[in-house]
Amino acid sequence: MNILITILFVIFAAFILTSAIMTVTVRNIVHAALWLISSFFGVGALYLLMEAEFLGVAQVLIYVGAVSILILFAIMLTRDLEGSQHRQLTPRWWIALIVPAALFGLLIVPTVMTYAWQLPPPPPAGQPPAISGAQQIGTAFMREYLLPFEVAAILLLVAMIGAIVVAFEERERRRRVLTLAEQVRLRQQQRRSAAPSPEPAATAVQASEATGGET
Amino acid sequence: MPSITEAVPLPWVLTLAGALFCVGLFGALSRRNTVGILLGIELMLNAVNINLVAFWRYLEPNVVAGQTFALFVITVAAAEAAIGLAMIIAIYRARQTVNADEVDSLRG
Repeated sequence: MNILITILFVIFAAFILTSAIMTVTVRNIVHAALWLISSFFGVGALYLLMEAEFLGVAQVLIYVGAVSILILFAIMLTRDLEGSQHRQLTPRWWIALIVPAALFGLLIVPTVMTYAWQLPPPPPAGQPPAISGAQQIGTAFMREYLLPFEVAAILLLVAMIGAIVVAFEERERRRRVLTLAEQVRLRQQQRRSAAPSPEPAATAVQASEATGGET
Repeated sequence: MPSITEAVPLPWVLTLAGALFCVGLFGALSRRNTVGILLGIELMLNAVNINLVAFWRYLEPNVVAGQTFALFVITVAAAEAAIGLAMIIAIYRARQTVNADEVDSLRG
């Protein structure tokens, strides 16, 4: 039975890490967000494996249900017109690779592996271990954690108002939402102005042909 | 009664959380897209949460403080994502870009 849990842990760990690495390396930002969602799911499964049921459900509801949808909306609203052909990583990304690799290899792994963790003794056989579940969390939120609970509520309210204020566009400055055809035309115009201008004579000929065709 | 405390040693879980944190840190440092930076930060917050839950489960399973702390981290992460994405949308509206290298002036 224990070997089953070990296998499950290894599978979840591989799933989480693969999804996370794909999140930070994949070129398309939409794909990165989708890989992030699968990583969230893996972390939620790990919570369930660690018998934190309430946290597992909260992880799926908040991260998978809310945060990732928010991220996908932000990506949709801020797609640059050229698409994802740009380089996604900074030019000196290998420096950014050295710092986390050194942090992991030189600090985290030696500390975690050599420290003598004082684990509590296992419960006597036949007796279920005392694990605090959702009921204890609810009681704690209404008693000793009441003040942090209220502060968290105010924080969420402030974040909501702040997000609206920051992202809100005043009515007179608001642009009309473009239709798809207008967007395509705008994109073509921008591409034409961005590209090196062809021979002026050729464009003049094309223009005269176009006007001639119309008349 | 099988449980994860007997099947998986605590350092394994902490190493997984550390690896996830470092992957997220790499993403936050190396991406040029500001949304990509935010994705890295979300990964780091998840790694911290795994750590908190692991300590709760292995060291103090009958005290609710570990799970409560993880829930507060989730709350703050949600607020941070909302504000961060609102700022990204505001920056995009002002400058038509989400590239962190091109947003280099304090003037709006």
